[in-house]
Amino acid sequence: MDEKEDIINQDEDNGFHSLKTPLNVEDIEGLTAGDLVKVTGDLFTARDAAHKRFLECQDTKFELSSGIIYHCGPLVKELQGDYKDKKWELVAAGPTTSARMSKFVPPLLEKYNIKAIMGKGGLNNSAIKAMIENKCIYISVTGGCASLVAEHINEVKGVCWQELGMPEAVWDLKVKNLPATIAIDLKGQTLYRN
Amino acid sequence: MEKENQRCETLYKRVVNAAKEAIKEAETSVPSWVKSKIKKSIDEEKEVASNQLNNILKNINIASEKNKPLCQDTGIPIFFLRIGTEFPVNFPLRSAFEDAMELATEEIPLRPSIVNPFNRKNSGNNVGDKVPILNTEIVEGSNSFEITAFPKGAGSENLSKQWMLLPDEVNDIDSYIVDAVDKAGGKPCPPLILGIGIGGSFDYSTNLAKKALIGEPNTSDGCIGSLEDQILAKVNSLGIGPMGIGGKTTCLGVSIETASCHTASLPVALNIQCWASRTATKVLEV
Repeated sequence: MDEKEDIINQDEDNGFHSLKTPLNVEDIEGLTAGDLVKVTGDLFTARDAAHKRFLECQDTKFELSSGIIYHCGPLVKELQGDYKDKKWELVAAGPTTSARMSKFVPPLLEKYNIKAIMGKGGLNNSAIKAMIENKCIYISVTGGCASLVAEHINEVKGVCWQELGMPEAVWDLKVKNLPATIAIDLKGQTLYRN
Repeated sequence: MEKENQRCETLYKRVVNAAKEAIKEAETSVPSWVKSKIKKSIDEEKEVASNQLNNILKNINIASEKNKPLCQDTGIPIFFLRIGTEFPVNFPLRSAFEDAMELATEEIPLRPSIVNPFNRKNSGNNVGDKVPILNTEIVEGSNSFEITAFPKGAGSENLSKQWMLLPDEVNDIDSYIVDAVDKAGGKPCPPLILGIGIGGSFDYSTNLAKKALIGEPNTSDGCIGSLEDQILAKVNSLGIGPMGIGGKTTCLGVSIETASCHTASLPVALNIQCWASRTATKVLEV
């Protein structure tokens, strides 16, 4: 077992619920704010500029509803030379402040069948209202823990809109057993003091 | 003449290297007091909050073992320079720090985060118009050149505040600070460190607040020390908790820097820092 596997398997079955993409309503309806989860599957990173483009009907090339929207501007290293099919190395990928994206959440959920949004710091009340209506949960990742998150990312599957710059582009990250917390559930119960 | 040119060239390279090393140390590690304060808080917290603190400790260990940035937001590059009058700055100073940032961005690596404020175009190398930001101070009679790297993330910087208070509001300073932290909630990545500047002018108070974030908090003497402790206690009773999801550990420490001010004003600035206190100092001598 290599070092990466070792870190990933720590705390296994230690009160964590497992969450795997693609997500259906059945996968998330039993979860309550405060539950600890381990996230596996596809994360699509998106910040301010990417959200604007999602809503301007630009083609992302990614099937957003098949994964989790992750408020994150990752640090990615482009690999030079022969690394077989690997083009990118994920260096660091902690969450960014979700509050900046609050205003985009209602139209985004109208447009795409997104079941989970992940970030830090929570969302405003109108975003939460839209999440209740469209059955979407909010997952909190510990802010600043970019190296820890990177340990759980196995692959950078692709990127879209690189012209926006590294932080603002949309990256498809394949994640395994990422430790996180349900911070807003389907009933709109939140761990934050909204 | 040639010898003189070589001397300048060597000094230039030493400054570039020291600046790069300072950035690297700042980006990949936190001072030991951050770790010990977080460890101390874990036992006082319930499961969800202590889980956040454990993740932070794990992250600090991974970053230092692997020489990787603690946070993907590797910040806006800021340097505090203390330049001795006996240290010969006979080379292009700004260019040395631009070179250091370009090399650090490539080698560590760092996330390019510096953009044009209007069209938001990213320069790709963490260098921009007047960035890195250089704060210089001249030290009389010294032959050393002290470089403190202070990369600052935007999550906490965005929640920072400045007030031009009335002269008789001096006893209300704590309530302005506590109110600002309360409104910030989980957004600036608590547990926080608060740098507070009191006095000076509008702009100088903010400079003091940033400088206050260098070094261990809650170490001042006298009434300033009491005010630091008082603000820490009040902020930690807000219930915001680690990452804003409830708990007792909203703030790890408070640090205040002061200056004299105009008889008609009371400038107060609050610079909010997330738990990742990232500063490192390198000293060169001739």
